[in-house]
Amino acid sequence: MTNAVEQESIKVIVFQLADKEYAIPVSHVQGIEKLMHITRVPKTPHYVKGVINLRGVVTPIVDLRERFGLPISDHEETTRIIIISLEDMEVGFVVDSANDVLDIPANAIEPQPEVVGSLEEAFISGVAKIDRRLLILLHLEKVLN
Amino acid sequence: MEVNQYLEMFIEESKEHLQACSEHLLELEKNPNDLTIVGEIFRSAHTLKGMSATMGFEDLADLTHKMENVLDAIRNEKIKVSPEILDVVFESVDHLEEMVMDIANGGDGKRDVSATVAQLKRIELGEEAVQEVAVTAETAHPAIENMLEYDSFEQTVIAQSAEQGFNAYEILVRLREDCLLKAARVFMVFEILEKDGDVIKASPSVEKLEDEQFDQQFYIAFVTKESAEDMQKKLMKVSEVEEVVVSVIDAAKLGQSQYSEEVAPVEEASQPVEVQDKNEQTPAPVQAAAPAKADKAHAPVGNKTIRVNIERLDILMNLFEELVIDRGRLQSIATEVNHGELNETVERMSRVMGDLQTIILTMRMVPVETVFNRFPKMIRQLSRDLNKKINLEIIGAETELDRTVIDEIGDPLVHLIRNSVDHGIENPTARRAKGKPEEGTVVLRAYHSGNYVFIEIEDDGAGINRDKVLAKALAKGVVTQEQASVMTDKQINELILASGFSTAEVISDISGRGVGLDVVKTTIESLGGNISIESTQDVGSTFSIQLPLTLSIISVMLVEIEKEIYAIPLSSIIETSIIRSSDIMNAHNQKVIDFRGKVVPLVFLEEIFEVPRKEQQDDEFHSVVIVRKGEKLAGLVVDSFIGQQEIVLKSLGNYLTNIFAISGATILGNGKVALIVDCNALIK
Repeated sequence: MTNAVEQESIKVIVFQLADKEYAIPVSHVQGIEKLMHITRVPKTPHYVKGVINLRGVVTPIVDLRERFGLPISDHEETTRIIIISLEDMEVGFVVDSANDVLDIPANAIEPQPEVVGSLEEAFISGVAKIDRRLLILLHLEKVLN
Repeated sequence: MEVNQYLEMFIEESKEHLQACSEHLLELEKNPNDLTIVGEIFRSAHTLKGMSATMGFEDLADLTHKMENVLDAIRNEKIKVSPEILDVVFESVDHLEEMVMDIANGGDGKRDVSATVAQLKRIELGEEAVQEVAVTAETAHPAIENMLEYDSFEQTVIAQSAEQGFNAYEILVRLREDCLLKAARVFMVFEILEKDGDVIKASPSVEKLEDEQFDQQFYIAFVTKESAEDMQKKLMKVSEVEEVVVSVIDAAKLGQSQYSEEVAPVEEASQPVEVQDKNEQTPAPVQAAAPAKADKAHAPVGNKTIRVNIERLDILMNLFEELVIDRGRLQSIATEVNHGELNETVERMSRVMGDLQTIILTMRMVPVETVFNRFPKMIRQLSRDLNKKINLEIIGAETELDRTVIDEIGDPLVHLIRNSVDHGIENPTARRAKGKPEEGTVVLRAYHSGNYVFIEIEDDGAGINRDKVLAKALAKGVVTQEQASVMTDKQINELILASGFSTAEVISDISGRGVGLDVVKTTIESLGGNISIESTQDVGSTFSIQLPLTLSIISVMLVEIEKEIYAIPLSSIIETSIIRSSDIMNAHNQKVIDFRGKVVPLVFLEEIFEVPRKEQQDDEFHSVVIVRKGEKLAGLVVDSFIGQQEIVLKSLGNYLTNIFAISGATILGNGKVALIVDCNALIK
């Protein structure tokens, strides 16, 4: 993630949150799941929705909308859980929809724009412009800490 | 690498042999004149030396060898056992342990042991003359040219075995030219040999022999107690063997002949002198023969056991856990469908699985001995460092515990024992003054009781000084004056488990930085156990640890709050009860009930777990689960009880850690996750 800029091109999973498109390198993605029953875990940060049974492994779930301070929406048919693995952690992200797998050329990635903005700004490692789409690259370590 | 596959076994066995060494050394210290014990130590050391040399750990083999020399001298009554000598031997064993640990951790087992080696040499040296005599006796054997070349290690083995009264032979086996199953014959030959002694070397190598990569004959270097004649006769019994020639290897000449070996013409060597019975000439002391025989007699008697890699047992356990989850699922389906035959089948399957579970769990059981056996040496060291006299008694070392628990329990026990020795047992002068025997006693006791294993550490030392502990706790702000005034003696004793606590006036290396005992407490609680202290001043203290038999599958009571299901470990539950709203009383802003004459505080799980409620209920009746932590009770208020179930404990992963009052999760029959309530956190 952090050294994404040095690479020639990276393969990413693109997903939608509110009106924006975000990207996570496929190397960190374990799978994409349909929404399933989430067991609430008490006394956790508000964005931790709880845990799911992912084929026998108890996996925590983070709602990215809430993590980024975006307006909360109801879960819909397109809602997906993207299972991320980072170091020794496995976490699922709830996203509005998972759209695409793309190759982003390294030169299309720019450092995060210097705009005073929302909470989510802290979680961005860069932005990529491909055709007419603007992809926001997530900084996974920061999202999870 | 062919050696790698044996590495694990090597490490395992080395540890066992070193453990045997330490145990016997301790025994020897108590009975310095019992030479059979020396024999035992010698045997372990000897095997270890052989193994480590084979595996190529020269340093390890070398140090063992030096130690062995000293032991041998003791055994042959050339040196008297003295504490100084034992110290050095203990030190060597320590070094050896370090080396083995290093190898186990992927190191090369190298270590600077020159000081110890020098000491061993010095001890051994006084006896050099006597050893020389033994060697000259050896040269009385008929001189023979040997076919095989021996490296320095093999030479040592031959020399050593000669000292112990074994005969070393070089055996030429020639098979008939029309022999069809050469490998099979080789196998039969080796089988006969291995019954009677040890094969040191074979030429061509054993691998080549097994692959039939040889012509008609091969050489074997062999040590045994049998006579050459007998061996020859035995080997001739193998079909398709044409000729067997057994010749003695002259240990004394081995070293010298090494240089000339390459020059030695083959013809000369191919006519070895046949050797008659050599047994009457064996210079070995009688003591050596006895343990060697005992060893042989012991081997076939042993239970029919196999070594299984722990990893495989873990995999088995994991698979079984999957099954337990599926069983839960099947059970819930069966209840829904309510089909007679299905119910019957599910029931029978559940019973079989219950049996299976018992077997798998017992298979993973390890005697606590594996943890306890390092303590005698530790106590010995500690009592020397602290100038105290301490006797360690171990009771119930055969008590079995799940491997997962065994792995975790070692460090806490070390801490507690150090604590008992350091703070508990007084120095001899103080003990005399109190009218106690100079030697303090620490008893380490393990036993089963119900679904628990208890481990107790009892000392007859000073006991806990109530006032001192209390004063310290107040000074450190661990408790307030008001709290202190109502505390029972037991509660005060247990204050020493609180963090930031150390009452020793002098902080020693052994224990007492105050970081110890609270860590012990945390570890034990994280294992689902608990620890309590009984202590009487000037009489002694007992630390009692209660541990669950296993950590992976536990019995729980499932309860429901709104739509959420939580699991409460059965081990914490005393009973369940339904109470009326009118039974609830208020005391200091805390709702309590009167439970069998005791005032029990109520914990509303709904509030603790912030369960979202659609509508406020006002039930007249409340379902309460009475749980305990040590002596303390609490009533957990839930909406309803679902029932008892066996569940598989799962961790919440590394992202969610330290969640208040939740110790883990499990997967229910319907595939959903339920959280496990940590009752210890709910009772203050």
